[in-house]
Amino acid sequence: MSGVLFGATLFFYFLATFHYILFLISQRESIGKVCQLATIVGFALNTMFLIYGMVSQGHVPMTNIRESLIFFSWSIVLIYLILEYKWKIRVMGAFIITIAFVLILLSTLFPPGHAPLPEYFSSGWLGIHTTLAFLADASFAIAFAIGLMYIIQERQLKRKSPGAFYRRLPPLDVLDELSYRAIIMGFPLLTLAMLTGAIWADSAWGSYWGWEPKEIWSLITWLVYAVYLHARLITGWRGRKAAYLAVTGFLVVIFTFLGVSLLMPGEHAFR
Amino acid sequence: MEIVVVGISHKTASVEIRERLSFPEAKLPDALAKMKGISGVGENLILSTCNRVESYATVKDAEGGMERIRRFFLDYHGMDGGGVNDCIYCLSGRDAVRHIFRVAASLDSMVVGEPQILGQLKDSFDHALMNKTTGVVMNRLMKKAISVAKRIRTETKIAESAVSISFAAVELARKIFGDLKDKSVMLAGAGEMAELAARHLVNNGVKTVMVANRTHERAVELAAQFEGVPVRYEDLALEMARADILIASTGSPHYILSAHDMARVIKERKNRPVFLIDIAVPRNLDPEINKIDNVYLYDIDDLQGVVQSNIKERQKEAELAGGIVEEEIETFLTWLKSIDVVPTIVAIREKAEDIRTAELEKTLSKMGELSEKQKKQVEALTQAIVNKLLHNPLVALKKGAGDPEGSGHVEAARVLFGINEKTEPDGGSESSALSEAETR
Repeated sequence: MSGVLFGATLFFYFLATFHYILFLISQRESIGKVCQLATIVGFALNTMFLIYGMVSQGHVPMTNIRESLIFFSWSIVLIYLILEYKWKIRVMGAFIITIAFVLILLSTLFPPGHAPLPEYFSSGWLGIHTTLAFLADASFAIAFAIGLMYIIQERQLKRKSPGAFYRRLPPLDVLDELSYRAIIMGFPLLTLAMLTGAIWADSAWGSYWGWEPKEIWSLITWLVYAVYLHARLITGWRGRKAAYLAVTGFLVVIFTFLGVSLLMPGEHAFR
Repeated sequence: MEIVVVGISHKTASVEIRERLSFPEAKLPDALAKMKGISGVGENLILSTCNRVESYATVKDAEGGMERIRRFFLDYHGMDGGGVNDCIYCLSGRDAVRHIFRVAASLDSMVVGEPQILGQLKDSFDHALMNKTTGVVMNRLMKKAISVAKRIRTETKIAESAVSISFAAVELARKIFGDLKDKSVMLAGAGEMAELAARHLVNNGVKTVMVANRTHERAVELAAQFEGVPVRYEDLALEMARADILIASTGSPHYILSAHDMARVIKERKNRPVFLIDIAVPRNLDPEINKIDNVYLYDIDDLQGVVQSNIKERQKEAELAGGIVEEEIETFLTWLKSIDVVPTIVAIREKAEDIRTAELEKTLSKMGELSEKQKKQVEALTQAIVNKLLHNPLVALKKGAGDPEGSGHVEAARVLFGINEKTEPDGGSESSALSEAETR
């Protein structure tokens, strides 16, 4: 059952990615509708997959890299769907849904098995802490995708060569603003994720902060976005530099998520 | 009956020839009437613009009709052919319909996708309607051409990208700022081109217009036109912090803004982007300015480059539009075939009804005294026989209207039911026959 749901999710995300790229190229509204539908169906299947895992395992299924990647994709698609509904800028999907698809595709590289879990995993804080962390990361993924779009569009306008992207991407000011909004959304989520993580750590190990690699890198991530917000609000940073920072921020997020988990030992490392 | 196009356009004739063959608006009623008088020519209309002079008509036979209309074009303008003959094209049937659709959709225009041609075609159609030179076929054809043009406008991006310098400036501004409302533009220098670009920007939502000019009176004058603010020319660099867009067109031999000035402006603006348009030759703005973050500087050549790339884009869309035209030709030709069926059906029904009433009268007069009820029953009997007998052939005819073999059915039916002499399609009675056939 779980395998079927996963396969179907993967298939629909592939379908959505394919059509979003087609939509970016052709700009036909009829294809846009297909993109949206495929994404919604994929998301529904992804949700069912998670619920199924939750019921059968007794906690949110994200205790190994495979499951975490699937949950990450789910979070990105969730936030994307909300933002597409709010902002009505469908070309974003060609970038964002592609990221979600790549992440869920990556998950197939990792084994599905679980090591026996320590008792503290059954704590309710696990679900809250990790969900918040993934929603924050998903917001940053979206800021990253929009940042990339900004960088491409900015380059076209500076070089005065109106190529294919010039016609297809939204205006610079809009991209700049939306990337910023995605970060404003992600930053408090990340802050809360770190606080709930501290509470969980205290109840599990008796201390709020353990200087683990994951904790340190999360702090670095938090600082990067804190710098972004500070620079933007206080010194009026915007445009190209802000876009590069949004892109860099997400690279740190990915390193914190995958790099630290795979390379560095610690309580957050997947076993 | 055939649909034909006879005419010249920017593709075949020089402007001198187009001028000489054109029909000024005042002469249209006369020309339309004269053309209608040509033997073998049915419905017609004349489209005369600066880029084309064309006549669309229905004729009895294509070859003869086209030749007579071509002669009429020359005679009417007192020309004897010669070199002009080579410029005139004659199209019939499917090619004619395709040409008309392509003209309406602006695929045949000098600037592909320009919107005026559709309005001009509508005007020509109105003239023809007023002078009563069109009928069912031409009316349907024109309405179809207009709807095809609209479909192409919405389904392709044929008219989307800017193909003039001033519109390219607006397009770029929108790519930088998105919405232009609550944006402001500064005009440095008060040239005609700058004024035009500013006018387009204002039409697209720009709220504030500031004008700086070396002679301040001219600045005041131009600012008044836009309900804007005149700015002292010496204060230009200072005031730039308030402008999102600058259109520079002064005759100054030196740069009026340096990269240094602009770096200060952008700092003062807290990095809010600025779009600088330099349409002056020699250039007014230091090209180095473009290297500053959040500043976009376009000179006249850059804008020309955008226009060129947009023209290419339109040509790509035109290919897509060509596909839509082919589709619509099919639906129109199907309709055209179906109206040929209608007079046949009407004629068959009329003939049957004539026979029925004649025979009924004959029989009733021989039968002596019958009650009213009995008379009614006999009448109902004759009607039932006629209807049942005609049902299958008429259904087959209507169905056949859609497919290629359909016209064969019409021919056969005319022979089998003994209906000779095809009735000439003629406006009013034709359309009522159509609705009659449909309601029965």
